[in-house]
Amino acid sequence: MSGADLVLTAFAVLAAAASMLAVTSRQVVHAALWLVVTLGSLAGVYLVLGAEVVALVQLLVYVGAVVVLVLFALMLTRAPIGVRDDLTVASGRRVLAATAGVALAGLLGGTLLVAVGDATVVVDGARGRAAPLGRAIFTGWVLPFELLSVLLLAALVAAIAVSRGGPQR
Amino acid sequence: MIHLAGPILLVAVLAGAGVYGVLARRNAVLVLIGVELLLGAAGLLLVLGSVLPAGGLIAEATTAPEISARMADPLVSGQVATVMLITIAAAEIGLALAVVLLLFRVRATSDLSAVRELGEASPTYSDYDEAAAEATADGAA
Repeated sequence: MSGADLVLTAFAVLAAAASMLAVTSRQVVHAALWLVVTLGSLAGVYLVLGAEVVALVQLLVYVGAVVVLVLFALMLTRAPIGVRDDLTVASGRRVLAATAGVALAGLLGGTLLVAVGDATVVVDGARGRAAPLGRAIFTGWVLPFELLSVLLLAALVAAIAVSRGGPQR
Repeated sequence: MIHLAGPILLVAVLAGAGVYGVLARRNAVLVLIGVELLLGAAGLLLVLGSVLPAGGLIAEATTAPEISARMADPLVSGQVATVMLITIAAAEIGLALAVVLLLFRVRATSDLSAVRELGEASPTYSDYDEAAAEATADGAA
């Protein structure tokens, strides 16, 4: 086990534990904060895998923007403060949901482990730097990139229209 | 050298937790946290794909390292796709939270178990009164 493996395992364990807490926490704000830990340690995993720009974008967009949006939404919907037991569905349906989650995790993990589980790879960190990634985005990926900017604009306009509109009389 | 088993297990755990969150949570914002976990699992899988050598793992065993480096994908597809996935996720969460806010305004709840039907037939539907809402907001401020 190399040093990179150790760091990767540490980040992965942290992300896995925090994701469990994010979906089971009985306090809404804590769930959002565990999401910060999950996405932050996921950025660490990206960094170890040599995807440096992706890790930074993950930190900026997810931890910086998305989680703040989630916290704002919790505040604006007057989410209950303190420990609440009514945040998840009744225990029968919770068992069904857990079964579905475990089944998906088993299927996905099993398939991928059989396919590439025993492989080791050499990470080439130079490929994940800003220069090759920027060159790739503005040459081969330029059409998806432009489409994405239109999508963002559309989402922005739609969000304003939806939240300002309300039912018309 | 990095073993792929660890990140693969993390992908599986994140996806499983995401599905559980989407199915088991009642608060609409907490459901969206589950969706974010699912998207995170997808992004990690894409980055993992970009770490694999060009031509897959079979090619790694048969080709010399210098040939393998020359064969490397110049478009860095896995990582660029992850950046785009993160952007799409940001657009999605912005729009979804606007919908949740609208739901809260017209139904006064973000509990998805209470919102059984859409529209005015629903028992939790209340007419949104803009003037009254503004008066309340002014009073609160």
